[in-house]
Amino acid sequence: MDFLTQLFSDPATYRLLTIVILSVFLGIEVISRVPSVLHTPLMSGANAIHGVVIIGAIIVMGQASSDDYVALTLGFLAVVLGTLNVVGGFVVTDRMLEMFDKKKKAKKA
Amino acid sequence: MTQIILPLSYLIGSVTFIIGLKMLSHPDSARRGNMVAAVGMTIAILATIFLYTDEDGNKLGNYGWIFGGLIIGSVVGTLAAKKVQMTAMPEMVSLFNGMGGACAMLISIIEFKHHTTGMTELYEEAGGSIFSTIPGTLFITIIVGMVIGSVSFAGSIIAWGKLNGKIKDFSFNGQHIVNLLLLGVITALTVYIIAARPDNTIMLFYTVLGMALLYGIMFVFPIGGADMPVVISLLNSFTGVAAAFGGFLYNNPVMLTGGILVGSAGTILTILMCKAMNRSLKNVLIGSFGGGNKVAGGGGSKEQGTYKEISLNDTATLMAYASKVLIVPGYGLAVAQAQHACHELEKLLEEKGVEVNYGIHPVAGRMPGHMNVLLAEADVPYDKLKEMEDANDQMSSTNVVLILGANDVVNPAAKDDPSSPIYGMPIIEVEKAEHVIVNKRSMKPGYAGIENELFFRPKTSMLFGDAKKVLQDLVAELKQM
Repeated sequence: MDFLTQLFSDPATYRLLTIVILSVFLGIEVISRVPSVLHTPLMSGANAIHGVVIIGAIIVMGQASSDDYVALTLGFLAVVLGTLNVVGGFVVTDRMLEMFDKKKKAKKA
Repeated sequence: MTQIILPLSYLIGSVTFIIGLKMLSHPDSARRGNMVAAVGMTIAILATIFLYTDEDGNKLGNYGWIFGGLIIGSVVGTLAAKKVQMTAMPEMVSLFNGMGGACAMLISIIEFKHHTTGMTELYEEAGGSIFSTIPGTLFITIIVGMVIGSVSFAGSIIAWGKLNGKIKDFSFNGQHIVNLLLLGVITALTVYIIAARPDNTIMLFYTVLGMALLYGIMFVFPIGGADMPVVISLLNSFTGVAAAFGGFLYNNPVMLTGGILVGSAGTILTILMCKAMNRSLKNVLIGSFGGGNKVAGGGGSKEQGTYKEISLNDTATLMAYASKVLIVPGYGLAVAQAQHACHELEKLLEEKGVEVNYGIHPVAGRMPGHMNVLLAEADVPYDKLKEMEDANDQMSSTNVVLILGANDVVNPAAKDDPSSPIYGMPIIEVEKAEHVIVNKRSMKPGYAGIENELFFRPKTSMLFGDAKKVLQDLVAELKQM
């Protein structure tokens, strides 16, 4: 019960909760009509977007005290992995979608 | 002035994610959509590095470590994504997804360590439950984020290994019950830690971590390769949710919107994929495909007839004198990297006045759209790729159907055998054509692990061999004609 009270009485938490609810509906709305050809690139693009978790890794890394080697090592690893997710995700999606550009050109030709 | 730039950057980030996803769902704008999201991400990351301050107004430190990590990740990520073969895209996505999950997991571990350091000594001094000083929401956020991130990480790595063939299917009787139990214990322990804050909280935290990793492994292990796209999509939305918990942790709106958007969009996408295969999500997860031992009985009980083989020469003749040929590609084509050879055959036949089309089943290959991407890479014109419905409409006027490494998507059992695990899945109805030629490496069943009666039907001839080799030989034969 404490938890619920905290959730609704703290304006910051409540605001975040509102964002969550609205984002859920937005996510559903945004992609509910998508041709099956695009399922794979869309999944890949979404995969890159959740790489936004990298921001958490950067914050953790930047706040670690310089003599806490466990936190520094784990944080460093988190930054590397998060970047892999973001950069790799966007590049791989772009490569898949390059094909669609080609297709369009082939159609015009 | 500087205080408003960070929130503004986050706002821009959130908006670009929404617009990016929207554009990604239309073929014409998809590529730009991806760029838009990438730009937004870059803005949000740079703003965080240079402008983020904690409650006391301290800026971030350790720039060397941060930039070192960013550079290593960018270089490796770009190289991996550029080098990967078109056919290996699905496992690449899974691997990157696992990295995101691991990132979320590590953040939780560090935050947990940060908030519990020195607690045991304090506990001994105070003689009371010191762990209860950690605020409830913070504690929940850390633990749940850790659990979801770990499951997503371990699961994605297994999915990656299964797709590239490094990990074989593995299942035992009662595995689903064991999995459910494991999930139950994880949930119970999590609730217990949060509610009771026992003295051994630290030990329990790492126990839950280990169990979550184990659950991720066990959860993906028994699921068959045909269902892997659905699982990757599901794990993708898991990682989204894990990222959103990070957003809660740091009160960070862009992590929250990005994470939740992917979480909900990913769930819908998962359901859409299931629909394309005419399977329910529950079915995929409980896995009637997965437990090969259970399924084998379904088709095996039937009387198997004999199949007939056809020579390369006969195949070439048959196709050269046909007026309409339909090629049905499947995973075999992708494995053999035969898309270019396939295009060559198509061009050659067209020169001889044969109308050639491709019948694309929505889930042919390992991911929806897999075949479209693959054939587009070989410059096959877009309008030659017929969707399943179109292909079926034209089937009765088609002389020869050439099936290249596809199996389950043309299995007639999906139409007329209610006991088959794929019963009800829409298929390409190749039997309505005059001749059916099936290219496969052997008589082994496809990924769903079930026999295909099509191979024993009178209209069907088998052409064994690696798809690329066979296609090249066919091209050579045709050139001599």
